Amino acid sequence: MTEVQPYVEIQTPQGVEDELVTEELILNLGPQHPSTHGVLRLVLRLHGERIVECLPVMGYLHRGLEKIYENRTYEGGIRYADQADYVAVMLNEWAYALATEACAEIEVPRRAEFLRTIVGELSRASAHLVWLGTYLLDLGATTPILWCFRDREQILDMFEEICGSRFNHNYYRPGGLLYDFPPGLLSKLERFIDRWEKNIDEYRELIEGNEIFLERTVGIGVFDSKTAIAYGIGGPMLRATGVPHDLRVDRPYSIYPELKSMKPVTAQDGDAFSRYQVRLGEMKLVVALVRECLDKLPGGPVRARVGHVFKAKPNEVYFPIEGAKGEIGYYMISKGGPNPFRAKMRGASFCNLQLLPTLLRGRLVADAIAILGSIDIVLGEVDR
Amino acid sequence: MSPPGVLVPGPFGIDPLVWVVLRLLIAVLLVVGLIFNGALLQILMERKLQAWAQDRVGPYHVGPWGLLQTFADALKLIGKEDVRSRFTDAAFFLTAPAITFTPMVAAWVVIPFAPGVQGIDINIGLLYLSSLGAMGVLGIVIAGWASNNKYSLIGGLRSAGQLISYEVPQILSLVTVVLLAGSLQLTKIATAQPGLQLNLFILPAAFLTYFIAALAETNRTPFDLPEAESELVAGYLTEYSGMRWGTFLALTEYGNVTIVSSIMTTLWLGGWNGPLVDQAPILGVLWFTLKVYVIIVAFMWIRLTLPRFRIDQLMNFCWKVLIPLTLTNLFVTATLKVALPAPWDLIAIGILNWGLVAAFIVLIPRLQRRRLERLRERLRTERERTLAPTA
Repeated sequence: MTEVQPYVEIQTPQGVEDELVTEELILNLGPQHPSTHGVLRLVLRLHGERIVECLPVMGYLHRGLEKIYENRTYEGGIRYADQADYVAVMLNEWAYALATEACAEIEVPRRAEFLRTIVGELSRASAHLVWLGTYLLDLGATTPILWCFRDREQILDMFEEICGSRFNHNYYRPGGLLYDFPPGLLSKLERFIDRWEKNIDEYRELIEGNEIFLERTVGIGVFDSKTAIAYGIGGPMLRATGVPHDLRVDRPYSIYPELKSMKPVTAQDGDAFSRYQVRLGEMKLVVALVRECLDKLPGGPVRARVGHVFKAKPNEVYFPIEGAKGEIGYYMISKGGPNPFRAKMRGASFCNLQLLPTLLRGRLVADAIAILGSIDIVLGEVDR
Repeated sequence: MSPPGVLVPGPFGIDPLVWVVLRLLIAVLLVVGLIFNGALLQILMERKLQAWAQDRVGPYHVGPWGLLQTFADALKLIGKEDVRSRFTDAAFFLTAPAITFTPMVAAWVVIPFAPGVQGIDINIGLLYLSSLGAMGVLGIVIAGWASNNKYSLIGGLRSAGQLISYEVPQILSLVTVVLLAGSLQLTKIATAQPGLQLNLFILPAAFLTYFIAALAETNRTPFDLPEAESELVAGYLTEYSGMRWGTFLALTEYGNVTIVSSIMTTLWLGGWNGPLVDQAPILGVLWFTLKVYVIIVAFMWIRLTLPRFRIDQLMNFCWKVLIPLTLTNLFVTATLKVALPAPWDLIAIGILNWGLVAAFIVLIPRLQRRRLERLRERLRTERERTLAPTA
């Protein structure tokens, strides 16, 4: 068992007087717990209901993905990239495919870039939907999760039509995509986007108009941009502190420079509510981006002429993209063989989780859940 | 209705001594049947309502339209093994469900379903109900302690704090009604509201505060902290399974919801009063049940809309908002009742009560938004200060 640090001074948050000194309680939150979003274990030292110290213990979902990549061909690794962040699957594949393409210097057809953007953005939408639903469930509201999953189901249905699988899609390929979209899917997608845009406003009405939700999220789990940058946090977490940093704009890849609706969504306060605002704003952004992609969609092949097994020249690249939870990227080393010599993944959830002990110190147990939920981790990406 | 302790001959010439035992048996079976069926019905209702609000179908496999789903669930619970982990405190762990269940059953004795359809019409009915309502917390605390589980312990102690705090506004709201009716006897309070002269129209503020406190008393969302699933796994219920869990959660929770709804019906909605009750008193049962279920549906509606409070916010809300509001209401009602002659006092009390309700609905969200706005303002300035380049 991991040792808990002997003593940390209790920080009482403003507005709460806590004079009574009682015996400390060590609470083992997880790995089987309804709200740790997977198999995360938090060892909490409690002082009443107040957290003195938090120690995240992880590794329960470690599957050795990075080692597996070394034994698979470049194309064969895509299927394992799926399992890192298993709620934003397409984005993982995209990061892996882009790193591979940069390593092996493969050109991607233009239509494939557009389709990649569409499915990638839909995947981001599905990740944010999972986050919104489970977060509200963590706060005790039961209805939003079912609304969110209702809409996510439709995204997954479309993914199933596209690539035959609902969860581990295995759709991207080095040099393009596995298939083109099936006939009729584009009109279905347009209809979905129209419907879903209205539903986003519905979530907003249900959630934001609620005093209890505001009470639970405003001013909870606050950190500033300086801390965020120091911890290597990107994505919605960083944008919620007011920094308009988005890799789709700042280090553009694929067709993002051509898309006019691509503007980073930011919020100002760096608390749980700001993170909620950013993620809801990103759902709207997904709607705009997918619409624009559908308008500009060119024809042509969806895959470059690359074999299933190919060799890359000795090379070393790092390719980051904007994942659903922050920067995800692959550091890929090739020594000339048909499989990567090393493929290191940078997971956004892992960086986000580092911040948790700092955010939890001095807060209540109920806040622990609210804060853990708001930083949005997926254990598949943390443990890999 | 005969006073208690007096032997009366039963119907069909049954011996008085036998009738006493028989009557008790029938009454207990009736009440237990009512609670069991009520709980089954309400769970099904809740699941169906929740399903509709959440854009899904809800239970529909067992029986026509899923009507037998909860019966099947109950059978499953009864058939389950009675599991107890080794380090629990056996005596207390096993009796805790009974300790919360018994006061709930006992409370049914005084509920007036219709004129004459009541276990016993005692003149301290309301006092009896509120004291039994306060006893349920004992079982919850014992369960939390005896489970030898940290989540259960936190859940049980949270529950103690919450229930004891919300007892205060609850009883203060009841007292307001008692002031108008001039009696603690439930039938008298019900008959003191003839026609449309319901206490709901005269004392809406008391109704509102009682409703909120009742949500907290019955551990319903947004006050379901003792069994807060996302934080405490299942709170004091964590170590329980099978029918012990069923007694705790299903029977006691829904039974308590029915009881507080019955209290609200009797005190604010005129009890059994309704059209045609004078001709056929048994119709009162129908009106009473309908009113009770309207309130229960409101409880369910709230559950599927709102998230959960945090423990300190819950306590703040009770002590800083509800208790001052109920105390003001009580003070105003008492003063006006003494100061003004017969018809005018009711009108004045009504106007002031509606004013209080309006103030509550308008001011609380506004004050809260302003407070949160200030909090965000402070966060912003703090951030600017920390981000400013240090010389």
